[in-house]
Amino acid sequence: MRQEYLVPAQDFSVAGVASSNLKRLLKQLNINPFTIKRIMVAVFEAEVNVIAHSYGGRIVCDLEEEEITIQVIDTGPGIPNLDLAMTEGWSTASEQVRELGYGAGMGLPNIKKNCDHLTIQTKAGEHTHITMLFCLKEGE
Amino acid sequence: MKLKDILACVDGVLVCGESHLEDEVKRGFASDLMSDVLTILEDDILLITGLSNNQAIRTAEMSDISNILLVRNKKPSQTMIDMANELNIALAYTSYSLFKTSGLLFAQGLKPVY
Repeated sequence: MRQEYLVPAQDFSVAGVASSNLKRLLKQLNINPFTIKRIMVAVFEAEVNVIAHSYGGRIVCDLEEEEITIQVIDTGPGIPNLDLAMTEGWSTASEQVRELGYGAGMGLPNIKKNCDHLTIQTKAGEHTHITMLFCLKEGE
Repeated sequence: MKLKDILACVDGVLVCGESHLEDEVKRGFASDLMSDVLTILEDDILLITGLSNNQAIRTAEMSDISNILLVRNKKPSQTMIDMANELNIALAYTSYSLFKTSGLLFAQGLKPVY
């Protein structure tokens, strides 16, 4: 099953709406609550990143029996230094984003911590494509 | 510690979520940074925060947090209350500071997450 959610740029009034819709779907599918929490934290972090840092994007979820693959694909401008972005506490978030309670530089490290496999394709001036894999077998 | 005892301890006012008053809250986590809240995977925690906006409710939703206590007399907006009601999250506030609130609850036996 494939589900897709659009994420606009800079509009924090809808931050979490896509993640919330996905969470509702995962609950309906009777997925283990701890797995849902891990998925939601990772997807919500990614959604906030798209709103805060990109020109907008989409979340594409492929739900299969034994695993869930979630791709977060934005339209740019890309991450110039991925190693730095993966460092806890390192952030380029604006003052506005920090006032909303985000931008502590925990987003990408927290995504990595919560998924079973993570790949990030990015380049300065191009788009960022994050692929998160969650195994459903363990703990089910 | 039950939510009703937590509110009594800090002179808290419950805004919505009366059905949670008997909830057993195991641990407390105090932060204005939602990025930090998202690193917590423990269950049955009380979020103590001075961040009174929709993002606090959304973050609680994603982290399966059912009880939020706003400090520094930050009363929630109607949008926050509507979201909390829809998501079955108890929302309360106290006039005490984050430090005083956390200190009082810690002294009463509410455990920290770490």
